[in-house]
Amino acid sequence: MKTNQLILTFSSISENVGITRLLIASVGAQLDLSLNDIEELKVAVSEAVSNAIIHGYKNDPNHIVYLDLEITGDTLKIVVKDEGCGISDVEQAMQPAYSTDPERMGLGFVFMQSFMDELQVDSALEVGTTVTMIKHLKQTPTASH
Amino acid sequence: MGSTEMISTEINLGGMDLNLEKKIERLTLLLRLDGELDMHTASMVRQAIDIEIEKRGIRRVILNLQGVQFVDSSGLGVILGRYKKLLPLGGKLKITNVPPHIYKIMELSGLPKIINFYLDEAHAYEEGRGA
Repeated sequence: MKTNQLILTFSSISENVGITRLLIASVGAQLDLSLNDIEELKVAVSEAVSNAIIHGYKNDPNHIVYLDLEITGDTLKIVVKDEGCGISDVEQAMQPAYSTDPERMGLGFVFMQSFMDELQVDSALEVGTTVTMIKHLKQTPTASH
Repeated sequence: MGSTEMISTEINLGGMDLNLEKKIERLTLLLRLDGELDMHTASMVRQAIDIEIEKRGIRRVILNLQGVQFVDSSGLGVILGRYKKLLPLGGKLKITNVPPHIYKIMELSGLPKIINFYLDEAHAYEEGRGA
C-alpha cells in the first residue's frame, strides 16, 4: 500500500495555476495513470484552484491558496482550500451554467464532477471554501485484493 | 487579394505560456494559439481579439487551436465570450485544428453546438466567402 502526501501553499496569482497542474501531472505520472486520466486531473485541479483565486479571493493576489494531495492505497485525494469570501449557496453554485461572470461558462464544478469520482464542497461566508476531490485509482491487472 | 497584413505577437510567460500568432487579412483575424489556455492566459487572448474588433472593425475571427495543450473552463469562457461579442455585430467566430484531447473538453462543455468547428484554416476561410 503506497502512501504519499504533498502540500503546496501558494499566492493567489494566476501564474500559479499552471504550477499546480504540473504538480498533479507529475504525481499522476508517478502513479502510472493513463495520459487521459492525467489530463482530467489537470483540468479538475485547474478549476478548483482558479475558483479559489477568482471567486474565493476575487482576484486579489495577496492571499494564500492551499493544495493538498494525498495518496492512500488506491485513493487519490485532492484538497483545494481558500480563506476567502465563501459561497452563500453551494448547491446553486454547483449547477451547470451557473456563473457570476458572463465571460465564464459556469463549468468549473461540472468538470470537477465529471473527472473525479467524488466531489465535496464545504464553504462558509467570510471563512472560506474547501473543495475535496477523490479519484479511485484503477487496480492494475496483477493487483490482488 | 487586397491588403494583407501580418502581425506576430509572442507572449512568453515562463514555463506555462501561450504564444499567439496573429494574421489579419481584410476583415478576418486569424489567431494561432500555442500553449496552455487557462485563467492566466485567457485575458491575453481576450485582449488580442477585442482590440481588433474594436479598433479595426474585425468581424471574422478564426482560432487555430492546433498548438493548444491545455484548456479549462476559463479558456472555454474566453472563446465563448468572443463569440458572444461578435454575434450582435454580425460577426463570426470559427475554430480550426482542435487536438482530440482538447475537443473532448470542449464537447463536454457543449461549445461545438454553438460554435462552428473546421478541419483547418482553409476550410474556415472558404465557408461563407463565396456566397
